[in-house]
Amino acid sequence: MDDMYREQILEHARHPHNFGTIEGASVSHEEHNPLCGDRVRIDLLIEDGVITNVRFSGRGCAISQASASMLTDELRGMSVEQARAYRKDDLLALIGIPLSKNPTRLKCALLSLKTLKAGLYGVGQVSDDEL
Amino acid sequence: MAPTLTQFDVLAIRREFPILQQEVNGKPLAFLDSGASSQKPRQVLDCLEDYYRRYNANVHRGVYRLSEEATFAYERARGKVASFIGAASPREVVFTRNTTEALNLVANAWGGANLRPGDRILLTLMEHHSNIVPWQLIARRTGAVIDYLGLDGEGRLVLDELDTRLTDRTRVVALAHQSNVLGTINPVRQIAERAHAVGAIVVVDGAQSVPHMPVNVQALGCDFLAFSGHKMCAPTGIGALWGRRELLDAMPPFLGGGSMIKVVELDQSSFADVPARFEAGTPAIGEAIAFGAAVDYLSAIGMEAIQRHEHELLAYALERLGAVDGLTIVGPRDTRERGAAVSFALEGVHPHDLAAVLDGEGVAVRAGHHCTQPLHRHLDVPATTRASFYIYNIPEEVDRLVAGIEKARRMFR
Repeated sequence: MDDMYREQILEHARHPHNFGTIEGASVSHEEHNPLCGDRVRIDLLIEDGVITNVRFSGRGCAISQASASMLTDELRGMSVEQARAYRKDDLLALIGIPLSKNPTRLKCALLSLKTLKAGLYGVGQVSDDEL
Repeated sequence: MAPTLTQFDVLAIRREFPILQQEVNGKPLAFLDSGASSQKPRQVLDCLEDYYRRYNANVHRGVYRLSEEATFAYERARGKVASFIGAASPREVVFTRNTTEALNLVANAWGGANLRPGDRILLTLMEHHSNIVPWQLIARRTGAVIDYLGLDGEGRLVLDELDTRLTDRTRVVALAHQSNVLGTINPVRQIAERAHAVGAIVVVDGAQSVPHMPVNVQALGCDFLAFSGHKMCAPTGIGALWGRRELLDAMPPFLGGGSMIKVVELDQSSFADVPARFEAGTPAIGEAIAFGAAVDYLSAIGMEAIQRHEHELLAYALERLGAVDGLTIVGPRDTRERGAAVSFALEGVHPHDLAAVLDGEGVAVRAGHHCTQPLHRHLDVPATTRASFYIYNIPEEVDRLVAGIEKARRMFR
């Protein structure tokens, strides 16, 4: 449990990076975690195939909010192709906490990536297996 | 200071639950999630094992010894469950998988046969999804309309709203006896009298009440009562629907298959009498028999004593939790109006994070919306954390809960 709440996670949860929304966003999408009611919305500004601005909003547990904070840091300056290719293992490595024994919390950690993928592909649902 | 428990020897009770003898994350297990599913005593586990080891066979089919014994035990368990809730006859008790299946049975079989376009179904804002969604499904099929009874600031039903929400088109009033989140115990008898006066039937979700207090269907004055075995020391996969004999007799089947028929022809069938009509296919035989053992176990302790024991824990939990900075308890403040399930929000700490910290301390609680999204929307919180108590819980576990909450507050400050 103490591994899960390392200082880096707590810091991102307390002071999330890129929190907010973008007026006139190129892509804006929100996903929910029906298990706990958490939600994450991601707004992207895309210019010439590159993500030039990114914001997230919503509410949820420390893991879901810290994950969204770190993921949005990564996305800025990335091409849409790179963002589409971003894998769940990339995000889990970035977050750096062991969640293999916590499938429920894995859903919290991956909610932001699910939101990103569903937004970028313009589809309503992305299953966890497709991330 | 932790109170001294007075109702029975709780430490002796704890020793009868093998699962409580373990450590979780290096700490003794404090199981505070019996509202979701209770633990099982040795007596129930032994009963289940005895069935599978000694007389496992299908019921109501074989003429051989094992099947006769299984059938006898299965029907005897039905009788025990019927007596436990004051049913007029074992024939009024249908074994189901759980409360959810029992409520779906009523909604489909009674609702499908009786609801007409424009008829109204009255629910409450505190219902579990299992007492909302089946009614939404049958309303869509029949053209019936759903109304909701609102809540006051302490999570009690606003009974004045019955004057407008209960109309001569209301055919069903379906409500929880006790809320799984707020702990509120609803005045079912009073509501049933009002409902019957307009010709509506009353369906009660007893999942959170039957395990924790004396429940008598005659005193409640309802028409159907649904409850689950697994929340009252029985195995999972077994529950019950009690219904008034004349209502059950007039209802068409819910599921079709073996056991529920009289004569099957190529183009039609006639159906068995109640309760077999509603028990298609091989039931959870061993689990039903063990449900009977669970009822024996609880009855031997006494439901009044169990209720008083839980109230001693509840009063202490409300006192300790109420003193935590930034913690808001939902539901009635008066212990006489509620059962021993306590949900709360902690400022600045998400329930999932709080539950994870508590897990690290060996304290098991529920976090989330507890299958009550409309209620949480009404309370304007995305989720809550719930501690729920049962016969085997002790005040020291309340102390560990509070210590864990304080630890989480420090971590997330």
